[in-house]
Amino acid sequence: MALLEINNLNKSFGGLSAVLNFNFKIENNELVGLIGPNGAGKTTVFNLITGVYKPDEGNIVFVGQNITSLPPYDICSRGIARTFQNIRLFKDISVLDNVKIAFHKNVNYPLLSAVLRTGSFFRGETEIEEKAMEYLRIFNLDSKKDEIASSLPYGEQRRLEIARALATMPTLLILDEPAAGMNPNETNDLMELIQWIRKEFNLGILLIEHDMSLVMGVCERIYVLDYGQVIAEGLPEEIRNNKKVIEAYLGEEVE
Amino acid sequence: MHEKKVTWGRALIEIAILVALFTLVQYFITTGLLNRYYQINLTVMCINIILAVSLNIINGFTGQLSLGHAGFMAIGAYASVIMTTMLDQPFIIGILAACVIAALAGFIIGVPTLRLKGDYLAIATLAFGEIIRVVLQNIDYVGGPAGIVGIPKLTTWPLLFGATIITIVVIVNIINSSYGRAIISVREDEIAAELMGVNTTKYKVLGFVVGALFAGLAGAMYAHYFYIIKPETFNFLKSFDILVIVVLGGLGSTTGAVIAAVFITLLNAFLQKYAAVRMILYALTLIIVMIYRPQGLMGNKELSRKTFSRIWSGKNGPVRNK
Amino acid sequence: MLEFLQQIINGLSLGAIYALIALGYTMVYGIINLINFAHGDIMMIGAYVGFFSVSILGSNIWVAMLFAMITCAVLGVVIEKIAYRPLRNSTRIAALITAIGVSLFLEYTTIFLLGPNQRVFPSEVFPMETYNVMGMLVSNKEIFIFVSAVILMLILQYIIKKTKTGKAMRAVSVDQEAAVLMGISVDRTISITFAIGSALAAAAGVMVGIYYNTINPLMGIIPGLKAFVAAVLGGIGIVPGAMVGGFLMGILETLVSGYGSSLYRDAVAFGVLILILIIKPTGLFGKNTGEKV
Repeated sequence: MALLEINNLNKSFGGLSAVLNFNFKIENNELVGLIGPNGAGKTTVFNLITGVYKPDEGNIVFVGQNITSLPPYDICSRGIARTFQNIRLFKDISVLDNVKIAFHKNVNYPLLSAVLRTGSFFRGETEIEEKAMEYLRIFNLDSKKDEIASSLPYGEQRRLEIARALATMPTLLILDEPAAGMNPNETNDLMELIQWIRKEFNLGILLIEHDMSLVMGVCERIYVLDYGQVIAEGLPEEIRNNKKVIEAYLGEEVE
Repeated sequence: MHEKKVTWGRALIEIAILVALFTLVQYFITTGLLNRYYQINLTVMCINIILAVSLNIINGFTGQLSLGHAGFMAIGAYASVIMTTMLDQPFIIGILAACVIAALAGFIIGVPTLRLKGDYLAIATLAFGEIIRVVLQNIDYVGGPAGIVGIPKLTTWPLLFGATIITIVVIVNIINSSYGRAIISVREDEIAAELMGVNTTKYKVLGFVVGALFAGLAGAMYAHYFYIIKPETFNFLKSFDILVIVVLGGLGSTTGAVIAAVFITLLNAFLQKYAAVRMILYALTLIIVMIYRPQGLMGNKELSRKTFSRIWSGKNGPVRNK
Repeated sequence: MLEFLQQIINGLSLGAIYALIALGYTMVYGIINLINFAHGDIMMIGAYVGFFSVSILGSNIWVAMLFAMITCAVLGVVIEKIAYRPLRNSTRIAALITAIGVSLFLEYTTIFLLGPNQRVFPSEVFPMETYNVMGMLVSNKEIFIFVSAVILMLILQYIIKKTKTGKAMRAVSVDQEAAVLMGISVDRTISITFAIGSALAAAAGVMVGIYYNTINPLMGIIPGLKAFVAAVLGGIGIVPGAMVGGFLMGILETLVSGYGSSLYRDAVAFGVLILILIIKPTGLFGKNTGEKV
């Protein structure tokens, strides 16, 4: 069974097709890239998968279950987590609390227990704190746990966002331009990190990226989107030499 | 926060301080050192604390601008008075009815309106608050525009003190839990929260209902101290009053709300004879605070044990307590 | 049927007043996304200026109205400069609370200076006459209010559609940054918007004085809220929407007090507001825009 399967997905905004007959498949533990020129509809696809937008047509099947049009929090608790093109951390609260919020969907004590401060509250909080710290350590952010999220430097904010997404314990991780604004060194580190995450957490990763070296370097399969439609799909080498892809990126005149 | 031993030790000290405070005031009341005028202001102060701390969970922590808090206070006041004077129930039943019915109203109003954002939500809550008032004005059973007179004075200092402390403790405990973090995540970034698995609608409604519940409690306390209630008391100016306190204290700071409630009550008592001047000062304070210190007195920080222990150990300055 | 038509006629003049006030809300919201809570109070100031120029200076109603409009235009500009401009880049909540502050300031400064009592608009300025038109009663007051409101709205439409200032206003409301790049002074345009909105409110204030015969320092609150409802009903930020919304609110209100209970009159306005907000928050003429992720 595929991890995620999308069939004939359509979405238009005010008559303008953003995503047209989109078909897609990702297997468990696979690393797939989604590329395409600006405005090709990549982020819209992500928003459709994660429930931010409702599709006009088509269906999205996640581990055998139809998740089309479910609310985002429900989709998240089924195991899809994402990061954002323009970082969306919980800015005014601590780094640690940012990660802790990701555990809330599995909170193991009732509200009343929090109000009355019973034993199960303290046990639950200790557990959440320990788990959150684990994720911070993985991303080398543990020393900054009490800092306010927005005060972190850019690269660390990106890492925190990935840590927070992973803390929801997904089986599919969706990364929206994770290397945006990073220098080549940072991008290299990120490439290693992404591959390590996939192995360590045994999950599928779908990423949008403009940085071709990153995409070609880590992705096993690539989908190319242009004007909301898939124009090519295949292994990195195939994509690199695909005529349609070159046209889409460079314009028609170049032969 | 999660090391139990330390928590208990500190909690005992805090309980001791509260008991001392309570006993001291009780002593002053029984010996007559605290005359009626001061007692009235003390009552108003406690009610303002309950109102401000409870509005703060909606406006400060959940980040949903509500301008209808007086409406929930009105519901609490009327519900409790109906129980005690018309149905001859004990005060405790009146208080419980006030809380439950106000919370229920919060739920009924919250579910449809909390889909709205920002200004629209503010206006919708204001409208609901006013509708509650107009409806009360038109119900003859509760005296119409003239309201209900002759309510027994059942709000005593121990009850009032207990109600205030319970409000603060319950809200602080909710905020400092996973549920509180879910509520705060809605304020920080609703879409990101939703995509991290937080059912944002549910937590908006939770914040709203908890806020409404304690506004109802404040209403019950108010009604059984001041002898008379009428719909006009709970108009939107009353809601603005509470909002002013919360904003001055700092949206998202419970200690800020308490400090500002104490300060504003004292200021009001001081300016009682000059109603118009009082409101002009109010207005100017609002404008000036928004322009020069929009985060209010405390921002979203708290005065807490941590703050004090830092100050004690010489590292000055407030710390973020999260 | 005649009765129904009569109610509609009665509603038209009230609706014209609401429409004039709603225009100010909608223009300001369109340009800086602020619900100017103080707008109803600017209307109140307009009513007082009109009252004093009639009762003390002995001017006629047209001069009084003009005088009120000029005063309030200046007032609106000053308020924007002092209170709203410093907050242009801060949060919506901060701006909204400031607007509430300005509203309270205007109300209670008026109470402090002039006393809380209501004053009676001198009736000799406008001797009441009633005409019978095909079985329906129409008073000269109603005609005056309706006609002058419509004239003002036509002038506004002309300014917005045909003049350079109007173009600048529309440009700023669509995209402030782009407007700056086109050489439009955003500050000046916002000031003009406040001036025009406040002047319309002032005219409405004088009309309220004539319509209800009395004025008081808190008179701006309820009509202000209702006009706001009208603006939301038409789609806030949309000028023709505010006009339509205003007339609808006025007619609805007279119908409710004519056929139902006048006690529920105010509740109905708020009920309408909640219904629109829940069913179609963008109003009758608004378009839906989703948040970008």
